[in-house]
Amino acid sequence: MLWTHNAGNDKELGVVRQIIDDFNASQATFKVEYQAFPQGAYNDSVVAAAAAKKLPCLLDIDGPNVPNWAWAKYLQPLDMPENRFADQLPSTVGKYDGKVYSFGFYDVALSMITRKSTLSRYGIRVPTLKQPWSGAEFTAAITKIKSSGDFDYPLDLNTGATGEWWPYGYSPFLQSFGGDLVDRSSYTTASGALNGAPALAWAKWFQGLAADGMVAKKSGQDPAVDFTNGKTAISWNGSWAADTVTAKFDDVLFLPPPDFGAGPKIGGGSWQWGMTSSCGSREGAQAYLNFARQTKYFVEFGKATGLIPASTTAAAQLPNYAPEGKYRVFLDLAGTAVVRPETPGYPYISSVFTKAAQDILNGADPKQTLDKAVTDIDNNIKQNDNYRS
Amino acid sequence: MTATPQSPTAGPRATPARPLTRRAAAHTLRAGLVLFFAAPLVFMAVSSLKPDGQIFSDTGTIKAFLPIGDVSLDNYRGVFERVPAAQFLLNSILISTVTVVAGLVINSLAAFALSRMRWRGRKVVLSAIIATLIVPFETLALPLLWWVNKLPWLTANGFQLTLTTGWLDTYQVQILPFIANAFSVYLFHQYFTSIPTELDEAARIEGAGFFTIYRRVVLPLSGPAIATVAILTFLPAWNSYLWPLMVVQSEDLRPVMVGIQYFFQLNVAWGQIMAYSTMITIPVLALFLAFQRSFVNSIASTGVKG
Repeated sequence: MLWTHNAGNDKELGVVRQIIDDFNASQATFKVEYQAFPQGAYNDSVVAAAAAKKLPCLLDIDGPNVPNWAWAKYLQPLDMPENRFADQLPSTVGKYDGKVYSFGFYDVALSMITRKSTLSRYGIRVPTLKQPWSGAEFTAAITKIKSSGDFDYPLDLNTGATGEWWPYGYSPFLQSFGGDLVDRSSYTTASGALNGAPALAWAKWFQGLAADGMVAKKSGQDPAVDFTNGKTAISWNGSWAADTVTAKFDDVLFLPPPDFGAGPKIGGGSWQWGMTSSCGSREGAQAYLNFARQTKYFVEFGKATGLIPASTTAAAQLPNYAPEGKYRVFLDLAGTAVVRPETPGYPYISSVFTKAAQDILNGADPKQTLDKAVTDIDNNIKQNDNYRS
Repeated sequence: MTATPQSPTAGPRATPARPLTRRAAAHTLRAGLVLFFAAPLVFMAVSSLKPDGQIFSDTGTIKAFLPIGDVSLDNYRGVFERVPAAQFLLNSILISTVTVVAGLVINSLAAFALSRMRWRGRKVVLSAIIATLIVPFETLALPLLWWVNKLPWLTANGFQLTLTTGWLDTYQVQILPFIANAFSVYLFHQYFTSIPTELDEAARIEGAGFFTIYRRVVLPLSGPAIATVAILTFLPAWNSYLWPLMVVQSEDLRPVMVGIQYFFQLNVAWGQIMAYSTMITIPVLALFLAFQRSFVNSIASTGVKG
């Protein structure tokens, strides 16, 4: 049995079905069946099934959860050498404790979405990945747009979203300031990374955006729609919104985020495939994963979803992602993505960071809030014996 | 002598003028409350007819509550293409109906035993039942999952019955744990206590046993309580979300609330969400409208707020 998070998403589920059908037709030893769950309910269903010892053999996993599920023994390492994934974006390979547990067919990338006409109207330079906006340049740009009064907000950071969006969307800014969610040299503390001087600078900047009216404290439910309706000038959004915005405007730009000192950063890691520890047919599961990892399926996922293909070979076969393709910028951005901390403690870190960032945006004292977040994260790591495997 | 121009109706006119003002104020207040509570439902139903872009551009204006602009049934068509909505509705109707009907029988019988029969320890038992109300379901969910995964069940294979273990991924796992309900027992108990015991004694003289008294005397007088328990049992059964997520894997056994997650993809289909929400709200509204008089009577007579 194979579980996937794609119920309600016919395009992506169609490719999963195609791979299963092809695999079942290619041999007679193993037979894969599938069950699709809606994405928003998927993790709860998997955790409940793990508690009841009813996990399937194969499942897909959201990238940041791989270390936690591996540590919790839901997953077992793949029997595939690491060099097998050499042509994949690093963010599409799930690792824990030096072993590969999962791989994905695609990734997504964040960018600053705006219109060329908007930037030229206010005399703002078009940045590139090599020459991104500096922090000061970015602040000057949104200040100029705000003073025109042409938009409800010059910048939309999608603050109305909930859950994993907060670390996915905002920890790259923190990293660009030089901070991080946790000290990645040991993964045993967040001290210094999340409450040092760079992190404090990020928190003050983030808070200032709302205080100065540059972003809404709680944005609309759909930033792409607000952008196409002319409510916002620059929208910090994912590559999944590309089709929506390009359908409305023919001069859309997908720009790299500003460089606040440590380079422009975006997050990485989307849905990946792995096999469970309780699988009664390890050979069958491994055979399926080996079969699925063909370039043609990377291409099919790219065609069906419009998302960034995980391998460069597949990208070359997709016009949008080939060199000079209209979405090639996402592939280039994804190549520089910072994966969320590869530690079993990440789900807890994610929830603490989300709460802290929300409090900061709503006016809480940045230093106290970050110190409290560090204390909570460090306590959790200690309580779990440093998440030793 | 000049007659003072005094209107003979001046006095009487002044008197009804105040009630009229009051009535107008009361009607205005009521109309305001109706608008306040109906607004989300109207917004939902109207938005279900609009494309996503228009839903957002209309938000914040009166247009959000009016079926104007690019109005169509496309979102409803989209719902049925994306989700097996009819199957989910049927599942929820089955699960909710069986839970309500079985809950009415079991909980009213328990309440009858606690309120009309004299036996040692009944007050302690009633207190223990009421005490369970303070335990939130979320704290019971995991232990309950463990239990239902170990419980036996008889499965029919043709004409042969087989004993299997585990209720996961079945209808019964969504129904049986929710039939016995402390709040329903308490509500029935309160209502039964208000029915004079002389009726029981009269029935007993006629030779009636406890079950006859329950069925022929107490239940026929308990319409409002039955309506209230039916509604208060139906609502959580219909809105059930966390438990089905945990115990049901097969798509053809899922209830309606899990179905709403089908629309939350990377690009959220807001119009379809509104259409689906409208569809799954209709049975709840219909049930309430059917029982509203009894519901209000019961709330008023028991002093319980649902």
